[in-house]
Amino acid sequence: MAATLFRPLTPQWGMQKRWTDGSRMHDMAAEFIKPNDRLSSFERLEIYNRQYWFRVLDCLWDDYPGLRAIVGARKFMKLVTAYLARYPSDSYTLRDLGNRLEQFLEEEPQWSAPRQELALDMVRFEWAQVVAFDGPSKPPISPDDILDTPPSKLRLGLQPYLSLLELDYAVDDFLIAVKKRESDVLRGEASNAVQSAPKAARRRKRIRPPKREKVYLAVHRHDNMLYYKRLDPEAFAILTALSRGATVEDACAEAVTASNRTKIDWPAQIKKWFNNWSALGWFCRLS
Amino acid sequence: MVDGGRPLEVLDAILEQYRVVQHGVAIYFGSADKFDREHLKRLKRLVRRTNTPWLSDHLCWGSVDGRYTHDLLPMPYTFAVARHTAEKIRAARDHLEVPICVENVSSYAEYHASEMTEWEFLSEVVELADCGILLDVNNIYVSSKNHNFDPYDYLNNIPHHRVGQIHIAGHSKFEKYLLDTHDHPVLDPVWKMYAHAIKLVGSTATLLEWDDRIPSFDEVHNEALKANKFRDEQLATTTASDQFPGPTA
Repeated sequence: MAATLFRPLTPQWGMQKRWTDGSRMHDMAAEFIKPNDRLSSFERLEIYNRQYWFRVLDCLWDDYPGLRAIVGARKFMKLVTAYLARYPSDSYTLRDLGNRLEQFLEEEPQWSAPRQELALDMVRFEWAQVVAFDGPSKPPISPDDILDTPPSKLRLGLQPYLSLLELDYAVDDFLIAVKKRESDVLRGEASNAVQSAPKAARRRKRIRPPKREKVYLAVHRHDNMLYYKRLDPEAFAILTALSRGATVEDACAEAVTASNRTKIDWPAQIKKWFNNWSALGWFCRLS
Repeated sequence: MVDGGRPLEVLDAILEQYRVVQHGVAIYFGSADKFDREHLKRLKRLVRRTNTPWLSDHLCWGSVDGRYTHDLLPMPYTFAVARHTAEKIRAARDHLEVPICVENVSSYAEYHASEMTEWEFLSEVVELADCGILLDVNNIYVSSKNHNFDPYDYLNNIPHHRVGQIHIAGHSKFEKYLLDTHDHPVLDPVWKMYAHAIKLVGSTATLLEWDDRIPSFDEVHNEALKANKFRDEQLATTTASDQFPGPTA
């Protein structure tokens, strides 16, 4: 029965009439489902087939508005249907439903063409928000905890809910615009004033996809609110090196050496970053 | 079940003011698979956090070979399935170290393989597992219409002393079947069944489920309070000697 539920619906949102080997689904359903005076075995099984797909598609529709805006609503439905057909949920919680979406987009670029790279950036960003929302946290380290350890020996862990993303597109700005448009539409649907506005004014504004630009982003939470924070390339490099287990001294040296920016007071800048990251509670003990 | 963030903050705020009884949708006592150890581990952590007096989940299956349907699928009502399900309920209770109640689900399909009625199956499972029942009156009504049985036969023929909690809810009517949608007020026939259930099981903790198209708090609250009226009326007409013991954890 589960295999039939996981099979995608027809374009008319019904159960497919044939099984993978060409046999009739009517016959197959009749083998194990009783009909009643109103519904055939096929129709009764179809209720569950539809429930499954409506539930999982609805979930991804809500969790990935950015990806949806990039590929368009119709193509999004085809994309996530293909994704779930290949990777059905492997977790007891719907929270994890998109946990292999990035892998899928890399494996099957045709679903997000011609904007595969943008779509991949967005999916990484949207998954990072899932992690930041309710991912685990560890007790943060305070400056006093590390006072006696020299930077050459000091290694810091980063909070598990913190994701560091090196992106080729400003998907953060794009997603903010998408969410603003969606909330405007919601407000519009709740208001008679908007209903009486001219059609042209009611038409949804299309949001132009972002242009290619390098963006370094930290997706995190603070006081249990979700935030995304742009980082300088060197700051990103330091945090990435720390997450790999480098000492503070090595992480900073590596980042500064690789930088082509001059006229910066690096010790002062780095101190400022560390103060900020510490205040945000990003540092914890290495596991 | 999550590791941190706002959901746990909200839960902790609620726990400071209220006693919480945990209810789940993903244990899948009826699945042929072994339990997902990670799921049980997290569930146990949550049980300790909430200090729930008992834990309820559905009498259904929903996963196979590690793939999840996220649905509450009906089981074939056979003796073999009843034994298997009861063993899993006992194993979950031993692991989680709290009493367990199983909830009857609404269903839209029946299997040729079934050897008994749903209420016989429920009774068989809870007796074998020595566990409680979370009696969903609306689910019984929905299934009775979908499968052409008398819902009062169901109510009258389960072990009433095992009922630890009752659920009521609204449902949606389609042309050929009813769907358990939790997005409407409770319908009159369900209230009548609820009154009968209270007469049979005594005063029992009751939860109104309304989790889609949710109206104002006042509307939901007033609907929930109707349950008190039915309970009080029923208990007033029931002599003390007729009453069954109240629910226990």
